[in-house]
Amino acid sequence: MVAALEIRNLHVNVEGRPILKGVDLIVRQGEIHALMGPNGSGKSTLAYTLMGHPDYEVTAGQIIFDGVDLLDLEADQRSQLGLFLAFQYPVVISGVTLANFLRQAINARRKAADPEDKGIPIPEFRAALKEKMDLLHMSHDFAGRYLNEGFSGGEKKRAEILQMAMLEPKIAVLDETDSGLDIDALRIVSEGVNKLAGPSMGVLVITHYQRILNYIKPQFVHILLDGRIVQSGGAELALHLEQQGYDWLREKVDEG
Amino acid sequence: MTNEDARQLEGIKAGYQEKYGFHVPENYVFKARKGLDRAIVEEISWMKGEPEWMRDLRLKALEHFFRRPMPTWGADLSGIDFDDIYYFVRATSQGAANWDEVPPEIKETFDRLGIPEAERRFLAGAGAQYESEVVYHKVREDLERQGVIFLSMDDGLRLHPDLVKEYFSTVIPYGDNKFAALNTAVWSGGSFIYVPKGVRVEMPLQAYFRINTQNMGQFERTLIIVDEGAFVHYVEGCTAPIYSSDSLHSAVVEIIVKPGARCRYTTIQNWSNNVYNLVTKRSVAYRDATMEWVDANLGSKVTMKYPAVYMVEPGAHGEILSIAFAGRGQVQDAGGKVVHGAPHTTSKITSKSISMGGGRASYRGLLKVHEGAWGSRSNVVCDALLLDDKSRSDTYPYIEIDEQDVTIGHEATVSRVGEEQLFYLMSRGLNEEQANAMVVNGFVEPLVKELPMEYALELNRLIQLQMEGSIG
Repeated sequence: MVAALEIRNLHVNVEGRPILKGVDLIVRQGEIHALMGPNGSGKSTLAYTLMGHPDYEVTAGQIIFDGVDLLDLEADQRSQLGLFLAFQYPVVISGVTLANFLRQAINARRKAADPEDKGIPIPEFRAALKEKMDLLHMSHDFAGRYLNEGFSGGEKKRAEILQMAMLEPKIAVLDETDSGLDIDALRIVSEGVNKLAGPSMGVLVITHYQRILNYIKPQFVHILLDGRIVQSGGAELALHLEQQGYDWLREKVDEG
Repeated sequence: MTNEDARQLEGIKAGYQEKYGFHVPENYVFKARKGLDRAIVEEISWMKGEPEWMRDLRLKALEHFFRRPMPTWGADLSGIDFDDIYYFVRATSQGAANWDEVPPEIKETFDRLGIPEAERRFLAGAGAQYESEVVYHKVREDLERQGVIFLSMDDGLRLHPDLVKEYFSTVIPYGDNKFAALNTAVWSGGSFIYVPKGVRVEMPLQAYFRINTQNMGQFERTLIIVDEGAFVHYVEGCTAPIYSSDSLHSAVVEIIVKPGARCRYTTIQNWSNNVYNLVTKRSVAYRDATMEWVDANLGSKVTMKYPAVYMVEPGAHGEILSIAFAGRGQVQDAGGKVVHGAPHTTSKITSKSISMGGGRASYRGLLKVHEGAWGSRSNVVCDALLLDDKSRSDTYPYIEIDEQDVTIGHEATVSRVGEEQLFYLMSRGLNEEQANAMVVNGFVEPLVKELPMEYALELNRLIQLQMEGSIG
């Protein structure tokens, strides 16, 4: 049974202002989608709303994940269902190591599924962590650093993908994961995502620039403009956008 | 305590009498009488068979206690009724008279912390610690070989009266404050430790190991002397909540760290929420000596405690790492004092306080640099974390610098658990409670890192429990 994230006619206000004005999108396990748009189009709003940030008010529409209505659920419940958001600006949690954090997140999942669960055995956890860190070319002692504290931009993004790798979501939303990354970091992060994406994980790459899509090749590209998806297509749509710029699209929309 | 327990305890005491020659007065009379007067103090001293100088000291201290007014600063102590307290040591039990008396929340916490059955009764004061007798003897053998003295204060006075007389009350005289006077008058229990020159005691010594008098008394008196170049780490208390039917605890800890020596004193305090915990802890550090206080305050109704290091010779170093957790109905007025009395002395105070559910955690500290203490450095960091709108945190830093050529740093922060932090953690599947607990544990990590492993694990779990509000 393929899980799907279905966004239907989604309207979202932020501080009373309408930002999303009717977004329709379906992302399934096994698919890679890209969502592109200029600044202010509502990309991050969509990302935060999907995950359930309290500041984002859904005024109309639905979000269904794997058959479940997400709008009734808190962020942790959405995560438990298999939704993951790689943050554009990962938050610092001082004093908590990356390893400790990951183990507790995994245990929270296990416990939610089975209240009697004793937690993941440490050797099993360590092995999984090492494997995923190798996948992302991360040195093992990185796991002993406090979560996002003093991390460079590239380190933060890689840590997000490491979390994704360890939590194994069904659908992952990457919110401008490419921002702040140089070519090498971008390549490593993309490789990681590519290895993890597949029949059991669908990916929604949210980005401003086409560059990341050279590495993470989408099957579907959507363009968000002023709070709505105005155009959808295949991978070539992204290239077209790069050549023509967002103004081209604005004209098209104004005409149509 | 059941009759069975009492008989077993008597058996152990009798054994000690034989093996180690401890003296227990024949006409041992156990009087249960509240209130404090000369007669009580004399009885305590007589019962213990103390030398006259100690008895006289107690009586002088008592007079001072009566004369001295209550402090006008700090937490509200008006709830203490001095006449409604047993000052006379109750040899059989300082906790619940029986297991049924122990409040259900405490019992439940033992469950959740996974404390074994026998330990629970001990921690509740309802039974003697039998298993530790074996450990205790082994520890004693090792220490004896090194020449280390580790006894209860009562036995220390009995077996090493000259050594005790040389140092007792030299760091904290009874005139220091009202509660030091009280303790000096009615003290019982506590530890006496002497570490000879150059000896390093690798294993942390724990009060737990002494079982021939009660371990968590109201008026414990501890005296630690670390001779030149020696090292010892002493650990007091435990993370499991200690139920005490006694509502006033007033301990005194004096530590002398001689040149080149190092001492670390770790306390984890988790008294039940009816206790006033008023403690005077002070250390004197000599040339190139190091004193470290690691102080975790989780329980009690009111705690006032400011571990102090007086650096009296060049090269001395003092560190105080303090964490206070104030939940509903609790006041933690804690911090530290560092006094630089010589050149090239260094100190560091790190204080972390957490308030939730209307609790009030304060940092109160003194950083004093005497004239002539040139080349000294000190850094104070006090961070407060407020977990909700009802809670409160105050900072009372007293800074008195009488010397120009010094380097001083002082930082204070107050923070909430950020909404963004919560959202980030919840987006990884942690529910709101778990997310809060994680932020709090991260907040206290600098201190937890310094604790012996078992305590660190218990402390993290205990914080989680506190967050879930399952402890009163």
